[in-house]
Amino acid sequence: MPRIGLDARRPAGAQARNSVAADLHIRHGQARAGDSSSQSTPRPRRRGQAINVLASLMLAASQPAAAFAQPAAHDDAATKVAAVTRPMSVPQETDGYVGTRTPQDHKDFKQLQGPFTTPEQVTQACLSCHTQAARQVMSNIHWTWKAWDPKTKRIVGKNEVYNNFCVSPISNEQFCTVCHIGYGSTDPNTFIPFSQRAEDRVDCLACHDQTKTYRKIPFIGGNPAMEKIAVRPGCNEVYGTDKPYVLPEDLPQIAKSVGPPTRYTCGLCHFYGGGGDGVKHGDLDSSLDEPSHDLDVHMDAKGLNFPCQQCHQSGDHRISGRHYTIDAVPVSDAFLRGAPHNGNAVTCQSCHSETPHHRNDDITALVAGTLNMHTRDIACQTCHIPEFARGSLPTKLDWNYATAGKLAPNGSPLVMVDKRGWNTYWGVKGSFAWGVNVVPDYRWFNGTEDWLHIGDKARPDKNGVVAINQIEGSATDGKSRIWPFKISRNNQPYDMKTGTLAVFHSFGFDDDAFTMAYDWKKAITVGMKAANLPFSGEIGFEKTAMYWPITHMVAPKSKALACRDCHANNGRLQNIDGVYIPGRATDHQPWIERIGLLMAALACVAVFLHGTIRVAMWLRRKF
Amino acid sequence: MTAHRMYLFKGFERFWHWAQAALIIALLVTGFQIHGYLHWFDFSTAVQVHGYLAWALVTLWIFAIFWHFTTGEWKQYTPTFDKIDKMILYYIWGIFFKQRYPHHQWIRHKHNPLQRLAYLWLKLMVHPLVWVSGALLLLYSYDWLPHMPLGLAVNEVAWAHTAAAYMLLFFLIAHLYLITTGKTPLTYTKAMITGWEVARDEVEPESVASKTGA
Repeated sequence: MPRIGLDARRPAGAQARNSVAADLHIRHGQARAGDSSSQSTPRPRRRGQAINVLASLMLAASQPAAAFAQPAAHDDAATKVAAVTRPMSVPQETDGYVGTRTPQDHKDFKQLQGPFTTPEQVTQACLSCHTQAARQVMSNIHWTWKAWDPKTKRIVGKNEVYNNFCVSPISNEQFCTVCHIGYGSTDPNTFIPFSQRAEDRVDCLACHDQTKTYRKIPFIGGNPAMEKIAVRPGCNEVYGTDKPYVLPEDLPQIAKSVGPPTRYTCGLCHFYGGGGDGVKHGDLDSSLDEPSHDLDVHMDAKGLNFPCQQCHQSGDHRISGRHYTIDAVPVSDAFLRGAPHNGNAVTCQSCHSETPHHRNDDITALVAGTLNMHTRDIACQTCHIPEFARGSLPTKLDWNYATAGKLAPNGSPLVMVDKRGWNTYWGVKGSFAWGVNVVPDYRWFNGTEDWLHIGDKARPDKNGVVAINQIEGSATDGKSRIWPFKISRNNQPYDMKTGTLAVFHSFGFDDDAFTMAYDWKKAITVGMKAANLPFSGEIGFEKTAMYWPITHMVAPKSKALACRDCHANNGRLQNIDGVYIPGRATDHQPWIERIGLLMAALACVAVFLHGTIRVAMWLRRKF
Repeated sequence: MTAHRMYLFKGFERFWHWAQAALIIALLVTGFQIHGYLHWFDFSTAVQVHGYLAWALVTLWIFAIFWHFTTGEWKQYTPTFDKIDKMILYYIWGIFFKQRYPHHQWIRHKHNPLQRLAYLWLKLMVHPLVWVSGALLLLYSYDWLPHMPLGLAVNEVAWAHTAAAYMLLFFLIAHLYLITTGKTPLTYTKAMITGWEVARDEVEPESVASKTGA
């Protein structure tokens, strides 16, 4: 199934345009007069014109009442109104729906002038025009933190499965919801479940802020600061400031300048997952705010400058492409944008097709064919993302909770930093290992990940490592390709009696929180209770591994892997079975090699002996 | 000494021989590089050159096959076991004592029975094996062939190609040595360059007899 469900059957571009048109119809009932009159006249030739007309009317609507009270009685009226009352240049269809500019400049909208005493008031203002937006947002994973995984037939999502960073949001919601696109309770001890929140609890600004000043603050339900708030020591990165406090947000200013999501707004959550910049994914960190060409050819700030949604095409606030439902082998031909079968815009194939290599200045048509042949078995990312964490920011590779709890002499949690400036120990979390320019691990992957759900019994593999998300796939299942992964490792607490990984209460201002009291037993007792799981009180630590498919930080083609990186002994794909890789000795047929080399050696020996005797006899005859 | 000269190798035949020799040696080198045993060039270069050489060799073979059949030269390779025991004996014994070469070489029978069998083995077994397996691999590598035929796996085809390559290597070693076994070490090489060979059948029999006691 394409991952964006119903939208899959509609071309993303058209869908986006339709939704603009639909939105305009809905939010400006006043404009209907003009609209219906223009319907009685010949239809505009192109939908784009219709949008422009409607957009102009909408702008007119935002002007004093007299502006939209003008009757648009005849053919040219609508255009005329637009021409006369257009206060600013309205983007043309050719500008594209998704870009650095918003389709509408919101700065003069009277609803957004404020003042706002709560962030919910901003949302109410947004919803007064975008009437469907909250309902759309609340049905998507950004809000629910839940998704149906059709492959394993289970519900997945942050609250459903373990991770091996902060392990689970359960009992830590007031901290973790700093990355939930909703407003919660400002009481640090009260969490309002997402399903029980009203529509005005949707946080529009988290994604649509253009000022880069909007910040969601932990322990106040992910709300923005409405007053001066002290930063919790050591947590400056989460509060987004290097000062010991955050100041109240200028909500009207932010509301007036809203626009489409940017790498920065998406990145506030997706770059900082797992507790800090670059910690979690390895291929997502704040170096992608303004990336160079070498770091990512598509997001290259001075080049293509793609925003996230250029690939993660969205419509009706549904965003395509996510970890839980990866298409490892996109079927059919290219999912070209606008094509009726456009199911999965987020894959490389969506633009580049299944045969992406063509003859050019560097390669012949035959070499292009040879490279295309590789796409049968190898995901694009494997060659074109030679390393991850290439933006000079390190990603966390290893974490050990077992060492957590040490304090510095002054009583604050011990912090250790290595000579590169990387944090290798923090009393509240344990010890860490980091890496930059990390060579991925490679696995056959068919898109299915068997997640370890909260409460599942952990089953260590033969090396004693529990897979948080078991990667499935093989050379023979016909659905797999060789993918690059970041493997995040941890050594995390578990219940030695029940064999389940512990859910524990990490964050809070209460005495049970591990980051306050450094007491595993208390923290796990609270966490397991919140997760409705039994806890025997016997705590051990278990090694875990979590797989992160690597798909961002696409390097320029000149920096892609070369043949010899895999076509060699001990190359990148040394441990990949099921494919014949010329140049890799493990693919040789050992008997052919033995007999072949032996015959060649015997021939040489025979030549040597025969020749020696001939020469000797010749010498004897001669002298 | 009543030596006479024979025109054994015609122009095309010599061109074919030397071109094929160069191609096969270059294919062996690039092939063993791809195989992982040599590291003389970049892998990508080796693969591309190997492919181009393969096309050249196929072209050459097409001409050579045409030439063999139109000239009737294919008959040179009809196998015979006549006097084969004498040939074997000659190579493992007689050659050391300058015994009489048991094969009467002449234009219609320029190859001795052992040569005939060796070349027949080369042409009917090694070449088809290397050609078919190589063509499959080449087309597969160009993405012109989505699957190997007959349910063959890629590695099986590659193994066949490797086995054929080892046979060629073996042939090459033996061949390079055996061409030194003419009247002088360079007799055969000169013949393959000029086309002319000094017949060796009139070696003074009495000197042979005196040494072997025959």
